[in-house]
Amino acid sequence: MDKAPIIEIKSLCKMFGQFRAVGNLDLTVHKGDIYGFLGPNGAGKSTTIRMLLSLISPTSGEISVFGKSLATNRNEILRRIGAIVEKPDFYLYLTAEQNLRFLGKLSGLDIQTKLIHQALDQVGLLDRANSKVKTFSYGMKQRLGIAQALIHDPELIILDEPTNGLDPVGVKEIRELILRLKSDHNKTIFLSSHILPEVELIANRMVIINKGSAIIEGSVHDLLNSGMLTVSFSVDDTQRSQQLIHESQLAQSFLGITEHHLLMKLSKERIADCTSYLVEHDIAIDGISSTRSLEEYFLSITRS
Amino acid sequence: MFLSVLSIELSKIFSKGRSYIGFGAITILVPIVQAAMYSEGEAYFSLFTQGLQQQFSFTGTFLNGYLIAFIVLQSLLVHVPLLVALVAGDMLAGEATGGTYRLLFTRPVSRHIIVLAKYCAALLYTIGLIAWMSILSMGLSLLLFGPGELFIVSNSITVLQQQDILWRFFWAYCFGILSMGTVASIAFMFSALVENSIGPIAMTMAIIIVFTIVSALDAGFIKDVKYMLFTNHLISWRLFFEETIPIDRILLSTWVLGGHSLISFLIALYIIVKKDILS
Repeated sequence: MDKAPIIEIKSLCKMFGQFRAVGNLDLTVHKGDIYGFLGPNGAGKSTTIRMLLSLISPTSGEISVFGKSLATNRNEILRRIGAIVEKPDFYLYLTAEQNLRFLGKLSGLDIQTKLIHQALDQVGLLDRANSKVKTFSYGMKQRLGIAQALIHDPELIILDEPTNGLDPVGVKEIRELILRLKSDHNKTIFLSSHILPEVELIANRMVIINKGSAIIEGSVHDLLNSGMLTVSFSVDDTQRSQQLIHESQLAQSFLGITEHHLLMKLSKERIADCTSYLVEHDIAIDGISSTRSLEEYFLSITRS
Repeated sequence: MFLSVLSIELSKIFSKGRSYIGFGAITILVPIVQAAMYSEGEAYFSLFTQGLQQQFSFTGTFLNGYLIAFIVLQSLLVHVPLLVALVAGDMLAGEATGGTYRLLFTRPVSRHIIVLAKYCAALLYTIGLIAWMSILSMGLSLLLFGPGELFIVSNSITVLQQQDILWRFFWAYCFGILSMGTVASIAFMFSALVENSIGPIAMTMAIIIVFTIVSALDAGFIKDVKYMLFTNHLISWRLFFEETIPIDRILLSTWVLGGHSLISFLIALYIIVKKDILS
């Protein structure tokens, strides 16, 4: 059964003068999705997110969130959304706790100190609750950005590059937090990121946009498993293996050959055929790895 | 929700160091004037009234708390606009500079309410500043110099009896709030136009200087329109110290200043409501 759509964007367009930042964009995010929103710089990701949060008004098109039009139900919708938009900017002259208290209040809640501390603890900033934000590093501000997005317990969380500026430990923690938000609290997460392996690791659905329009949308799994993969065979005799594969015409192309590795382009279905063929011809195979990455996919899609 | 946002805006104002510059400046400036008048006041007053003393007979001393408070009020036109613009000019531009429009405008509060709350917070700050000035200048001066008759020389000489003064000061301070509220409104409007905090302060002061110069000119068309310039009415608080208070002139000044304030606010509101937040 199809899950309820949380975000529905139809024919969305934004013009800045003669420049078309977003043109005819359609996408649907369902309840419980971790939805990857990908695209190269200038593709229109931030403009779309800003339109989703009513920071900028669309030139044309429709945005519905929670089944209601954003144009006519702005406040009701924003009450149920938590968001980070680009850089994590805060009132630098206030403490982390004061910032969260003010932002919670603006969301219509009388935020208790306990809740603020809980949110700060979630992002590892509890011990800095009373420090002014001007003393925070970029990474700490980014964590505080996530805390402010969660403080009012929103159903939909929009995260624009949430791991920017974080160290590897921080990236891992935020990734785990996002997964926890989905699994434990059934939150819907709209995640824009340039860190493609991250989207690959946590998103279940994604869209790739370029020049303001969606190029491809679907399940991350399906999209990554369609088309050609880069497959590496670890074999005892690379020269002979190459010759055999060449004769069999199983591989589309060879990408490289080293002393023990043979790298080639293969469809997913052909991996088993190649393996059997080599084994039948007495080639010892130590290992097979396919290296189809989202990055490669992303580049091939956006370049084409 | 409006009161919630207003309390947040006031808390933000009083969490910033720059908001205390105005209070600090007044706290320093007023006692300096008082100390100077305490030590040199008699000599200064004699020198100032030298010509008059040849024609009139002066009994007692006119150097009293009311006169000092009156002198301090004159600084309204010179110093206080800058102090007011320092805060009012930062109300919206500060959010743009800090990138915090994104935090504010992604909350379930309409932009109308946010702008109105910010504007009211700037006006409340202005009221606080004038109130502090009145407490210091009037309260402290009366303590130091005691009360007495108020001797004012402008186009004519006015001597106000001691029991006829306090209420005039009350209305003069109220009018001072209106004057400085207008300056705050103009700074607030400029604050909506630009994305840095210095711009609105510089623009407000530039407008005051230019309009003041234009107001001083008597040439042709300027003569006909200069009554509409707000700078012409900023010192209308002085009208409350005339023997017979010219109500019609006070009302005109109130309309002009009120009109400038309202138009400035509406322009700021329109700009922010229509603004695409790209910062």
